[in-house]
Amino acid sequence: MPMTDAWQTAEIPGPKKASLILKPDIADALISRAKRPIMIVGHGIVEYEVDGKPMIECLIALARKAVIPVVVSASTNREFLSREFEPAAIMSAVEISSRLTDPEWKGLDGKEPYDLAIFVGLPYSMEWTILSGLKHFAPNVKTMTFDCVYQPNASWSFPNSTIKDWAANLKGIVENLED
Amino acid sequence: MSRKSVSVSIKEIDSDLARFRDLNITIGAITRERWDEPMGPSPFPSLTTLRPWDRLLLSRYKPFYMPFCDLCCLCTYGKCDLTGTKKGACGISMPAQQSRVVLLSACIGAATHTSHAREILTHTIDTFGRDCPVNPGGTAVEVEAPITRLVCGIKPETLGDLEPVLDYCENQLTQLLAVTHTGQEGNSLDFESKVFHTGMIDHLGMEVADLAQVSALGFPKAEPEAPLADLGLGTIDAKKPVILVIGHNVPPAAAIIDYLREHDNAGDVEVTGICCTSLDLTRYAPKAKIVGPISWQLRYIRSGVPDVIVVDEQCIRTDTLTEAEKIHAPLIATSEKNCLGLPDMTHEPADAIVAAFVHGDVTGALILDPEKVGEVASRVALALHPKRKKHGSMPTKHKIAEMAKKCTLCMQCRRACPNDLPVAQAVKLAASENLSGLDELYDDCLGCGRCESACKQKLPIHSLIVSAAEKQTRDETYCLRTGRGAIQDIEIRKVGGPIVLGEIPGIVAFVGCANYPKGSREVADMVTEFAKRRYIVCTSGCAAMSAGMSRNEEGKTVYEQFSGAFEAGGVVNVGSCVSNAHISGAAIKIASIFAKRPLRGNYEEIADYVYNRVGAVGVAWGAMSQKAASIAAGFWRLGIPVVVGPHGTKYRRMLLGRADRGDDWMVYDARSGESVYGGPVPEHLFIAAETKEEAMVLIAKLAMRPNDTSKGRANKLANYIDLHKRYVGGIPGDVYRLVRTPADIPLTLKDEVDAHLAEHDWKESSIPDPTLLSRMVHAKKVA
Ligand code: SF4
Ligand code: SF4
Ligand code: SF4
Repeated sequence: MPMTDAWQTAEIPGPKKASLILKPDIADALISRAKRPIMIVGHGIVEYEVDGKPMIECLIALARKAVIPVVVSASTNREFLSREFEPAAIMSAVEISSRLTDPEWKGLDGKEPYDLAIFVGLPYSMEWTILSGLKHFAPNVKTMTFDCVYQPNASWSFPNSTIKDWAANLKGIVENLED
Repeated sequence: MSRKSVSVSIKEIDSDLARFRDLNITIGAITRERWDEPMGPSPFPSLTTLRPWDRLLLSRYKPFYMPFCDLCCLCTYGKCDLTGTKKGACGISMPAQQSRVVLLSACIGAATHTSHAREILTHTIDTFGRDCPVNPGGTAVEVEAPITRLVCGIKPETLGDLEPVLDYCENQLTQLLAVTHTGQEGNSLDFESKVFHTGMIDHLGMEVADLAQVSALGFPKAEPEAPLADLGLGTIDAKKPVILVIGHNVPPAAAIIDYLREHDNAGDVEVTGICCTSLDLTRYAPKAKIVGPISWQLRYIRSGVPDVIVVDEQCIRTDTLTEAEKIHAPLIATSEKNCLGLPDMTHEPADAIVAAFVHGDVTGALILDPEKVGEVASRVALALHPKRKKHGSMPTKHKIAEMAKKCTLCMQCRRACPNDLPVAQAVKLAASENLSGLDELYDDCLGCGRCESACKQKLPIHSLIVSAAEKQTRDETYCLRTGRGAIQDIEIRKVGGPIVLGEIPGIVAFVGCANYPKGSREVADMVTEFAKRRYIVCTSGCAAMSAGMSRNEEGKTVYEQFSGAFEAGGVVNVGSCVSNAHISGAAIKIASIFAKRPLRGNYEEIADYVYNRVGAVGVAWGAMSQKAASIAAGFWRLGIPVVVGPHGTKYRRMLLGRADRGDDWMVYDARSGESVYGGPVPEHLFIAAETKEEAMVLIAKLAMRPNDTSKGRANKLANYIDLHKRYVGGIPGDVYRLVRTPADIPLTLKDEVDAHLAEHDWKESSIPDPTLLSRMVHAKKVA
């Protein structure tokens, strides 16, 4: 299947479509360049493993290393708490995303608007629609997804990948990030 | 039969608000009736009459648009790329385009209910006469038609009196649809206001439909203890001839029951149904059986159990004829709106049609006469049953493995599956005779068949899933309390106080379709959770079935565990989709019966009351249809928030409040006239939740209202915090925004909440007598 086909066949996007994250450096550069990144995590992450460990541990390592606040939807909170990581907020995905379209909104800490939003683990079509909202109405926020399938409405997305390739990429992103 | 002239002249409506154009209304019913309540400001509101009210709501709940398509292709200028700030050839922007599509969707929904209402009203008037009294609940229901009274300012006494209500609905819907034409409305908020108007019209249409059928067809009349009906595949006796009815319009199905009764065959034939026709059929004949929600269509037909299939209108698979042919079951279409390419045999003698079916000369027929449908369906079922031998199209276990061996693991099935289910892996596993993967998919499968369409190996994947889950389907033996219809006035009187003061923590209505992210059971779980917490729980439509499709440890469904009364801890099944009008109607009746607010043509004041005081929340966990969109819109205009499941984001916009912006939450204190902070309640008007856990926490929060007394708020907070602790972890981060005075703090949680408040620099605020309408302040002062 072509790398830039939407994972769900009928969710045909466009004309504007996500660029591909083919190598960890691309994601690392985007994260390092962002002044104010934020990560929005859905409940789907509990299903995946990276390198034999739950994926959530990889995300926590990333959030710690790059100092990215994490917003979780309800049921995912406990997964983080049980790993001694406190999410910055518990908010529904549509709510935090709608906030990101407000150029006046200064973030969860009231300091400055976010400029990069990383999404991972929402149901595919829900993430698709939400990213569409941001694509159209949050011109100042770049979006990136960490799911193993292509999300065309993001600014940057992994291609449809095998779990192995995707896990290696994700691991690479965390390892390469400068502390 | 000529229509009585029932109409209202504009001059006779004492109002400067009502501008009702293009419908020729001269007084008829209104002078005839004895109703001494003075006319309010907005009978028969036009497209813009209630725009100021809509704008008030929309200034709090800003649309968040999530385009489901970046293009517009509605006219030949297009396709137009509307990405970001680009405009279409007609000048339209993306926000306006999205709201335009929302309006289109709501118009489709409302037109569907209204045309259904017309169908039922015409049928009942033809059968029982125009003077047949409107009677939703005998002496127990004096406010017989709360929405009609509120919106139209008329008090219908007979079926004939309902006709001008539908005239008005049809008139408004024509105009609303016209709004979506190229180069018409261009402002997203004006589109949204019209979406609300469409929703209000939708509830009016639904009210007429249910009033007519409850009044004329002998359905339970506001009965809390309406009888229980069987629900589930496992309840059907396949040894008997079986008729399947699908859709929403009950007269043809009711005629089947009548025919069987008249010919002493009632016990010999199983009459089974899917979707709302079956819900309404059990209101007519509680021995009829409900198979399940919309998603059960393919699995039930393919089982081969139905000997005859009768379809009417709405939410019926459009490939039903093909599926019926596969099992050699004749199909009878009964609605002008759904002819399926079939020959019109309406005027042929019943004997001839029966013979044509029995000899296999035709596989389907259009019969637009309910009575004839009743006769033909019954006779064909009886005649064919011994011949058909329940010819099904499901593969045997051995066959499954054989077929599964053809799977190439191409993943197209999974990529077509709306729930992204691991279909391919399950099929692959089945090739080695291990059916556990397929069996596990059964619960979460929507029965849409998209996986099959996608499979290049032409594997009947949905059938594989259902066959693998054979034991589960046999165990589907549940029950449901048949739709009771309206809520009694006395019930409203009893609970009005506790609801408005907040002592009953809320009314939660589970409505709508079955496009669930994780199966029916989540609805049953949520219903149980809120009923145990002594909310008033209402159900309707497919959600009412899903609620019943689960048993507790004692083997009881929610309908056996909880009472059917509109009371704390009740699980109240109002009925089919059109019965949703009784849920909005109950909220309106609280304002009118309990609070004695004038109802007649007085929409804005009543909506303001409901919005600020009645802690009702709608939940459409599997919302799929355009009708679900218009039902939700009708709740929004009354200020009732609606929560949908993750697929609900495909309605392409949310209406979200901003708790962080204090200025958004100012209300008038009707006592002092001052503008004061009322708190971010309810925080959102339309929001999609990702998981049922998230939904439950949201529901508890969205049931709060500015008017809650301290005792009430403490109760609502206790539920909110407890649900949050249980399903999310810890105390919610926004409790400080919801506590107004120390007395609002739930006693059992005092220490934790005190610590939280201290962390957030909390300050006490007053509890207003809240209203968004400055004129309500004036009214109070004058009084
Ligand atoms: S309606 Fe407007 S945006 Fe749509 S295709 Fe026509 S010109 Fe383009
Ligand atoms: S689409 Fe058909 S062949 Fe492809 S993985 Fe699914 S079942 Fe196998
Ligand atoms: S029928 Fe079931 S498994 Fe197949 S695509 Fe639909 S939901 Fe998925």
